[in-house]
Amino acid sequence: MEKVKVGIIGPGNIGLDLLYKLGRSEYLTPELIVNVRPSKGIDYANKMGIRTSTEGVDAILKEEDIKIVFDCTSASAHFVHAPLLKDSGKFVLDLTPAAVGPYCVPAVNMTEDLLNLDNVNLVTCAGQATVPIVAAINQAADVSYAEIVSSISSKSAGPGTRKNIDEFTVTTARALREVGGADDSKVIIVLNPAEPPIFMRNTIYTKVKNPDIEKIKEAVDNMVKKIKEYVPGYELLLEPIIQGDVVTTMMQVEGLGDYLPVYSGNLDIINAAAVNIAENYAKKLMGGVEVV
Amino acid sequence: MSKIFLTDTTLRDGSHTVSHQFTIDDIKNVAKALDEAGIDIIELGHGDGLTGSTINYGFSKYSDYDLIKAASSVIKNAKLAVLLIPGIGTVEDLVKAKECGATAVRVATHCTEADISEQHIRAAKEMGLFTVGFLMMAHLTDVDRLVEEALKMESYGADVVYATDSAGAMLPKDVTEKITALRKNLKIPVGHHSHNNLGVAISNSLAAIEAGATYIDGSLSGLGAGAGNTSTDTLVAVLNRMNIDHNADLYKTMDASSKALVPALQSKGLHPHTNLDALMIGYSGVYSSFLLHAKRAAERFNVDVRDVLLELGRRKAVGGQEDWIIEVASNLAKNR
Repeated sequence: MEKVKVGIIGPGNIGLDLLYKLGRSEYLTPELIVNVRPSKGIDYANKMGIRTSTEGVDAILKEEDIKIVFDCTSASAHFVHAPLLKDSGKFVLDLTPAAVGPYCVPAVNMTEDLLNLDNVNLVTCAGQATVPIVAAINQAADVSYAEIVSSISSKSAGPGTRKNIDEFTVTTARALREVGGADDSKVIIVLNPAEPPIFMRNTIYTKVKNPDIEKIKEAVDNMVKKIKEYVPGYELLLEPIIQGDVVTTMMQVEGLGDYLPVYSGNLDIINAAAVNIAENYAKKLMGGVEVV
Repeated sequence: MSKIFLTDTTLRDGSHTVSHQFTIDDIKNVAKALDEAGIDIIELGHGDGLTGSTINYGFSKYSDYDLIKAASSVIKNAKLAVLLIPGIGTVEDLVKAKECGATAVRVATHCTEADISEQHIRAAKEMGLFTVGFLMMAHLTDVDRLVEEALKMESYGADVVYATDSAGAMLPKDVTEKITALRKNLKIPVGHHSHNNLGVAISNSLAAIEAGATYIDGSLSGLGAGAGNTSTDTLVAVLNRMNIDHNADLYKTMDASSKALVPALQSKGLHPHTNLDALMIGYSGVYSSFLLHAKRAAERFNVDVRDVLLELGRRKAVGGQEDWIIEVASNLAKNR
């Protein structure tokens, strides 16, 4: 069966990394990557043998064959792109903080219904890494408050994240409530410039109403297995421990080293999640392939 | 030498020392005393800044907004500052802080990550806040990079940029080197915030001033994370001795320590680091062993020990003349 054609808007770190991940997919093929002007990213994609355009979203809108679009630009750009892409009937994975559509964290809330929508948002890298753990603990122990501390290497935080760090924390905190199920939430992000660069690392604190640590551990273990299916480098550094009603869990993401080196696990996890959703959408298009 | 503007961070960096348990009354008493002492900027709130009250850093007894309102109700002249660390607090939190009475903000990032402060510095300036860029852990990067990052904060609109020695790891020569470079490259004033972990906080503050910094941080009795900050009380005494211009009153700054801060600390089972009587020994230049004798005499004649020591200094008493102390104290009592 022919692979489903995919368009990418924005040849930055995220967009270029996606080219590698899509290139390996059984169901998807990267057809076109676009920018609004010539750039190093466009040159890079050309060298990889990928078709490029500097006409922005219009170039993608012209191509009916492209069924799935990854938007890796900025929130303000996505607000412009979203209605155009919707009119053209393409399925959109929004990797910006715009969140025109609902949040999706595949290990937690990927459903048939979600794949019937035209636009889903990928939250943030910290959200993809931590929301599943909060969701697992919430199911086992009812989380009243979730707090995460996400440390990422300076080298893997691109200019978009840096310019809009408030959107990053606010969006992640919202997803901890809306997808993770916490009643209240707080997000802290720390950039660390140490060399060699640190791996992405997340500490997840939760206040729980039913502090049954064995049940919590089991739920977290099962969730980690589920995430590892699409993010192989996802590892627990500290399995859940409890003091009073506060559960502490720590995890690290080692990237696959596709476009950026392995320390960019943050980039890996959001892209892996996006590709996972896109593959499930592609299977649906191909007809009858079961959603996993 | 240029006039020095003092920022006191007893109620913010010192919040670490009391595990963020300052009460509304603590805040009111200390803020009022600092304002009356002529401190230019009073910083307050959770040690990790707006919304720092978390599992990770420890929960505050009162929200920063309640503390800002309390301080705002007693401050007449000083600017009331909050700390905002991008990645922890947001512009929205800063808007709320301003509504509660904050008039200044220090936007703090790791010394190599100034670009994450752009949205906050720009927003703060739009709100009309006095805005300080705070480059933390400045010992961890080299001079060129520090200048590059400071220039970014200047370009976003910061009114002042600090080289902040968050780890108390810098030596006076490091401070001289970094502040000199910042002064040379920036149009806006430069500041320094020290910690006394290596026992050189005051030396570092002086090195900063000599290199051209005009904004210097301190805290009453040197309260603050780790070994604490430069003691504001000591700094004011030293600046007086150096004839450097500033707006603070020495006795009133010391009173802010002993009458406002010390009771707040004692109520939490804590004690200050700085010996204010010993500070006066150094300030007035008298023999160190006079300390206990002067305290006893001041108590006996019901006079201020600081006046006793100042007078002994004026008379150029030398080692061995402990007998003069009684005469000075009794004279002060008579001439009252």
